[in-house]
Amino acid sequence: MGSISAEGLEGLVGVVKFPAWTYQGTGIRTTMQGLIRPLAVLLALALAALLLAVMVGSVAITPGELMAVVMGQGNPLHHTLITELRLPRALSALATGGLLAVAGALMQILLRNPLADPYVLGISGGAAVGALLAMLGGLGAFLVSGSAFAGALLSTLLVFGLAHGTGSWTPTRLLLTGVVIASGWGAMITLMLAISPTEQLPGMLYWLMGDLTYANSPWPPLFVLVTLCLLLMPLGRSLNVLARGALQAAALGVSVRPLEWLVYILASLVTAVAVTTAGSIGFVGLIVPHMLRLVLGNDQRLILPACALAGGTLLLLADTLARTVIAPEQLPVGVITALLGVPAFLILLYRSR
Amino acid sequence: MSLLSTDQLVTAIPGRAPGYALDLSFEPGQVWGILGPNGAGKSTLLHTLAGLSPARSGHVRLDGHDIAGLARRKVARQLGLLFQDHHDGFPATVMETTLIGRHPFLSPWQTETREDMACAYNALTVLGLGALAPRLVNTLSGGERQRVALATLLTQDPDIWLVDEPTNHLDLHHQVETMTLMADRARQGRTVIMCMHDLNLAARWCDHILLLYPNGDACWGPARQMLVPHALERLYGQRLATAEIEGVPVFIPRP
Repeated sequence: MGSISAEGLEGLVGVVKFPAWTYQGTGIRTTMQGLIRPLAVLLALALAALLLAVMVGSVAITPGELMAVVMGQGNPLHHTLITELRLPRALSALATGGLLAVAGALMQILLRNPLADPYVLGISGGAAVGALLAMLGGLGAFLVSGSAFAGALLSTLLVFGLAHGTGSWTPTRLLLTGVVIASGWGAMITLMLAISPTEQLPGMLYWLMGDLTYANSPWPPLFVLVTLCLLLMPLGRSLNVLARGALQAAALGVSVRPLEWLVYILASLVTAVAVTTAGSIGFVGLIVPHMLRLVLGNDQRLILPACALAGGTLLLLADTLARTVIAPEQLPVGVITALLGVPAFLILLYRSR
Repeated sequence: MSLLSTDQLVTAIPGRAPGYALDLSFEPGQVWGILGPNGAGKSTLLHTLAGLSPARSGHVRLDGHDIAGLARRKVARQLGLLFQDHHDGFPATVMETTLIGRHPFLSPWQTETREDMACAYNALTVLGLGALAPRLVNTLSGGERQRVALATLLTQDPDIWLVDEPTNHLDLHHQVETMTLMADRARQGRTVIMCMHDLNLAARWCDHILLLYPNGDACWGPARQMLVPHALERLYGQRLATAEIEGVPVFIPRP
């Protein structure tokens, strides 16, 4: 430890030529290139998964046939299959997975808890109760979605109001409130399953496990995902500081309370959109942020957009498998995300420091 | 006018009657030591001075403005705080942790420049941590982690340094280096305010002392006048033996 020169630190800054290794390996990306390269790789993977999802299925489409359809020629059956069935579903999967992964990363920072996921505060429980009630009432798919969204918002407001209480609002209090409300929803779901007519049970169980069969309008979730990423762009560095604790963040100039509210509202809203699109798909929101942190470090400016791409890719691959493995039967996609994600995560964890 | 001052400030310590109202004025170049037994409110005072804890009554003024009404970002450009505890929830390297000291100076759309990197690296070098830059902070020893926190504050290098027990976890050599750094910052025109437990470090390096008594009383003034045995014995409820070495008082507890 050397003493500082008489001119102080100001005299040193910009004069000292600091060696390249001072930032190599420190997890810091000094150039836009450092941010863009990993995102470009993830984008390429997402596009590859999208192509795969469009080509495989009950009727296989070759790359040549796909090109013909894109050019406006080719088999009309293929055209219908792609534009009306496979592409909407694939884009929905991409958007939903992205939303869940970003929401999970945000919740983990908000609660300063690596075990947090988008559902930890009971949003999926509220949505599930809404959806199952609509199914019990014999309502159509559109009203089931609307009811799920209403349930998710109700749960968000309930948790927020109760955790806010008399003004003391800490991550621990929010987490405990959310976990308790989630257990309450869990009990109601079990009750509803117990009293439901047998013929409705498979539909309900598929919804609970996550299912993209009826996800044929991809534009709302895609729009929400892009908007979310744009909104989060200027917040990345503040979130990095917030991850080190509220007091430290405040001491470094972050307006902690408004930022925490914004993160909570954004994460809740996008989770509600995701759950409404595809039911409560587990695992993506918990594991994808951690997988990316193991590989890319923990700079939110990179992790959040990377979550949007990687979460989408994982869910899309899982959904493609879910509808082809035992075709024409379909598996619940939540099972596949876990089956793919668990070994992938364990390998990364094992190989990391 | 001093950059940081208090106006009839009473800190809010839960479960205790309001203490003595503080009318303090911290001048550039001064090194203040805040002394007091556990629970006397040293850290609370520091957090209140930083605007992080609301005062029970009175005001903290930063550059003449009530700190409660200032934007956090503006405050953080002038005033920095070293905390007693460091939370490392997610893995981060030493360099990343140090670089957050530049956060108040960058707009939301800016990324850190080479100058910011150089600033953080210099701070690490000053604290003898240059070689540890790529290490994960959760693999550091307690003393190394403490020095990383000091390096983060040095990267921020605010006009006002609020420092909560800077020598926590440090060995003797690094205690002396850290106190030298504080004195050096004061010589560069910064104001340094430290919570301390070591009377001898305070006697050697502080020019002003604030004594916080557990019953809420407080007194302050030049170190020479404050560091006298009867005041310190009453402060800690502990008998002391005193000697003078190299012109500086030395205090040793009596059994």
